[in-house]
Amino acid sequence: MAQTITQKIFARAANRKFVDAGESVWLNVDVLLTHDVCGPPTFDIFKQEFGPEAKVWNPEKVVVLPDHYIFTANEHAHRNIDLLRQFAGEQGLPNYYDVGTDRYRGVCHVALAEEGFNLPGTVLFGTDSHTCTSGAFGMFGSGIGNTDAAFILGTGKLWEKVPESMKFTFEGKMPEYLTAKDLILQILGDIGTDGATYRAMEFDGEAVYSLPMDERMTLCNMAIEAGGMNGIIAVDAVTEAFVKARTSKPYEIFQSDPDASYHSMYRYQVEKMEPIVAMPHSPDNRATVRSVAGTPITKSYIGSCTGGKLTDFMLAAKILKGRKVAVTTNIVPATVLVASQLDTEMYQGHTLRHIFEEAGCSIALPSCAACLGGPADTVGRSVDNDVVVSTTNRNFPGRMGSKHAGVYLASPLTAAASAITGKLTDPRDFL
Amino acid sequence: MESIIQGKAYVLGKNIDTDQIIPAEHLVYSLSNPEEVKMYGKYALSGVPPEQGGLPEGNIPFVQEGSFASHYSIIIAGPNFGCGSSREHAPFALKVAGAKAIVAESYARIFYRNCVDGGFVIPYEASQQLNKLILTGDELSIDMKASTITNLTQNVTYQLKPLGDVANIVQAGGIFEYARKNDLMAQSQA
Repeated sequence: MAQTITQKIFARAANRKFVDAGESVWLNVDVLLTHDVCGPPTFDIFKQEFGPEAKVWNPEKVVVLPDHYIFTANEHAHRNIDLLRQFAGEQGLPNYYDVGTDRYRGVCHVALAEEGFNLPGTVLFGTDSHTCTSGAFGMFGSGIGNTDAAFILGTGKLWEKVPESMKFTFEGKMPEYLTAKDLILQILGDIGTDGATYRAMEFDGEAVYSLPMDERMTLCNMAIEAGGMNGIIAVDAVTEAFVKARTSKPYEIFQSDPDASYHSMYRYQVEKMEPIVAMPHSPDNRATVRSVAGTPITKSYIGSCTGGKLTDFMLAAKILKGRKVAVTTNIVPATVLVASQLDTEMYQGHTLRHIFEEAGCSIALPSCAACLGGPADTVGRSVDNDVVVSTTNRNFPGRMGSKHAGVYLASPLTAAASAITGKLTDPRDFL
Repeated sequence: MESIIQGKAYVLGKNIDTDQIIPAEHLVYSLSNPEEVKMYGKYALSGVPPEQGGLPEGNIPFVQEGSFASHYSIIIAGPNFGCGSSREHAPFALKVAGAKAIVAESYARIFYRNCVDGGFVIPYEASQQLNKLILTGDELSIDMKASTITNLTQNVTYQLKPLGDVANIVQAGGIFEYARKNDLMAQSQA
């Protein structure tokens, strides 16, 4: 029987040859990811259900990456980091990346890739909805809650319904002004914030395979914004080179069968596409940047698991080089590695950090920061009636802080172009 | 487990995301310390823009200022309830505030799983746009055996979609209770 890539990964993890879309199966989990917001309550449930002396099913397979509320004076946030440290110590977890040490990494989804935890064919669950980001590596990644995560900690297993798949094929050669963010915002406008609920979103086509891993991660990252269980891109030479440079662990490559069945299929010609924003207050509230150009903004924000990777900053630098921003512009590298690359990666003879500083941007320390608002002292948090153009992933009311603010989700090119003019601006005006 | 859930309706619109259910700044509180847990009741649904809370009138808060629990125990909403983040703090907050059940046209996957596996609130799916028919404050009664909801104020009964596969987990009270009954708690050998 023909299967999609997601079905094949489920079949492997369920010790089956074939799984059918719609059936519920028990999966053996390869990696469980958690962070400072959901780790402490997950550990509480684990101890309550399995006993105070219980040990996790496999310490090597538990990855704890604090990233949400790191640079804040909030005492409860600090307490949560202490709880992670304590549990990691008790359990002897080798993959705990402690705050305030040289092991601190930053935003978990980006750090997972950097540290070589993303392995083709494997099953990753994480206590964060953007765990789907890792699907860019030809693997299954999906978000879960604390109770499900505690169940995995004790057993290494979780029930999941085999999803139907939707296929999104991008044909043609990516124009310079277009990014993965524009592609996924286009899809969100087409199918809505519940258009892929309980389904896999499979991305395919020559334009997708022309993208670097950072951009493929952006595509898969926002599958959850359509309600998707996972986003997935099959492995090619780019994926393998990235993985092999970071780990020697074995992995298995799966491809969708040509005659696999899909819930629906969408085709796009990238040369015909335009830079897109999602207007307040929903990620599916699509408009072309051209159609809303001139809308005044008060802030530009470039950061998060969606838009704070090296490629995002390389794109922003193309536009910010030699220009000055007109509004507060926050540059928030996702990880410590990305932050260090701002000092080493060059564009036209200057480091990215130099370009951003000369343009008048403020560069923050790596964490999730204001993508989800966070405690009151969080860098870049929206206030009052702010109008923010942001490379992040959600713009529901209050997402970046203030309930009265409006957030336009956009590509790093659009966020940079708009920062310079103080109005929503099509990046083609500067390219 | 009781088979009838009775209480007052709190009516919302569509795409109520987890930041509206419990804004991210409050996620710092413990989910086990009883004093801190109360804060989740206090801030449940506090991210909903005021005019969109307590429909059709709006400007009715789910939890009154200064209180830690709601007068309303059945939430009625449109499609895609609980979209957004994976935070289990969301169904937890609704439970702490006193919600027993939600009746929405549809749910986001992670929120739905969290409701069921954590045993917090029962997520029923409506077969029609009940958030256009039921008013905030109406007295409701859900018959779990018959999968119906009766509006006692308007004297009308609607069919709900059966819980299906997850009914066993809901009846057990969560995934751990279910797994113990079915001997599923052993560690994976893989």
